Amino acid sequence: MEIKREKVRSALPLDEPPAPSNLRIRQLRARDLLRGELSEEELEQLVSEQTFTTRLDKVLNWGRANAVFPATFGLACCAIEMMSIVSPRYDIARFGAEAMRASPRQADLLILSGRVSIKMAPVVRRLYDQMLEPKWVMSMGACSSSGGMFQNYAVVQGADKFLPVDIHVPGCPPRPEAVLYGFNKLQRMIQGNPDPGWRARYNAHGTEEWAREYGTLTDEAREAYAAAHEAAKQAADLIPEEAEAEAGASPEERTEPVAGRSGRGVGRFI
Amino acid sequence: MPDAAGLELIAAEINERHPGAILGTYYEHDQACLIAEPEKIREVLAWLRDTPGQEYTFLASVHGADYLPAVPRFGVHYELLNMARVERIRVRAAVHDPAAEGGPYPLGEEPLPEVPSITDEWPTANHQEREVYDMFGIVFRGHPDLRRILMPEDYVGWPQRRDFPIGGEPVIFTNNEREVPGWTQ
Repeated sequence: MEIKREKVRSALPLDEPPAPSNLRIRQLRARDLLRGELSEEELEQLVSEQTFTTRLDKVLNWGRANAVFPATFGLACCAIEMMSIVSPRYDIARFGAEAMRASPRQADLLILSGRVSIKMAPVVRRLYDQMLEPKWVMSMGACSSSGGMFQNYAVVQGADKFLPVDIHVPGCPPRPEAVLYGFNKLQRMIQGNPDPGWRARYNAHGTEEWAREYGTLTDEAREAYAAAHEAAKQAADLIPEEAEAEAGASPEERTEPVAGRSGRGVGRFI
Repeated sequence: MPDAAGLELIAAEINERHPGAILGTYYEHDQACLIAEPEKIREVLAWLRDTPGQEYTFLASVHGADYLPAVPRFGVHYELLNMARVERIRVRAAVHDPAAEGGPYPLGEEPLPEVPSITDEWPTANHQEREVYDMFGIVFRGHPDLRRILMPEDYVGWPQRRDFPIGGEPVIFTNNEREVPGWTQ
């Protein structure tokens, strides 16, 4: 049995500008494209009309920024505000981050919602290390950003003493709108500058998940691993003399690592 | 609640039974307190629990205090409760600081004051004595598992002591960024 096909596409000249009324014709053209029945001229015309090209990493970052999975992880009273950003009133689903994940292995955004006590700090750091890359950290509220009102023996004075924080949201606690705004800024950061440069800042080359010695490595990964460790070694050699000299020379070009500031080795994770 | 006169009677009776156990009393805000010699704290608490007519059978709380300029420096407070009469009495062990003489000692290496543990008689004291040890560095002799309970186990220092330095850790804001170099690039 022969199927009779519409021949509508011939009814429309190729250089006709696309208009809503021509929708049916363009649909049929797209169908013919999928069937491989378009001639070369028509094919080129269709592709130039309906597709655009971009860079792969741009698409990747676009996707990452709009599908962030925050960890279900509350530290203190800020966690109440963090919970309400998922509620219908504030609705972080508008930005694609409503899927809170209860496991660090599935999450890629850690929201530090509250004060980090020094007993909790190793736990938070471990959670962060367990998250898969790419991963981001939002320090929410005054306590996790600077210790807040708890300048005492029990609380870490700023969570970025022990893990790289991408964005700080001020407030005590921040309103949910503020958290959403901070999250929007983080999205913009993910799209515009995918590398926040913390590996260099924290002297942490070689800690990439792919660079660890698990099982058998591909040659490519082994080369990258060696290169990363070389970079870390060079950075470590820099520390004693040159970094201090630079720190004294110009405040803008200080490269002294975090360890030098507190004197307790905090912040060096090689 | 024993009144002030009843408190003196209790103190006299304990001193009769265990000479030198009670160093003094005070009665303020309707609260009765016996100041006890730390080495005899077990006898004092047992007497208050077991003597007919006293029967303070419930240990409501154990906590420490630091009265730094005062001598003896530390106090370990035992809050006792008679649940039948709803009467409370507090026993304070007045603990001398062995680090007061000699020194100065480096942080975490000072000699620590010692008090006999009452955990075998009052099991509720177990965690509370650990907390007093954690915060004030008072060692409870005979405690089955004396280690830190709230602070990390590798913590150095006794943070609730009055001479423990608070603050001192610089917090970076934009106004003092220059004084604390190396934080941001």
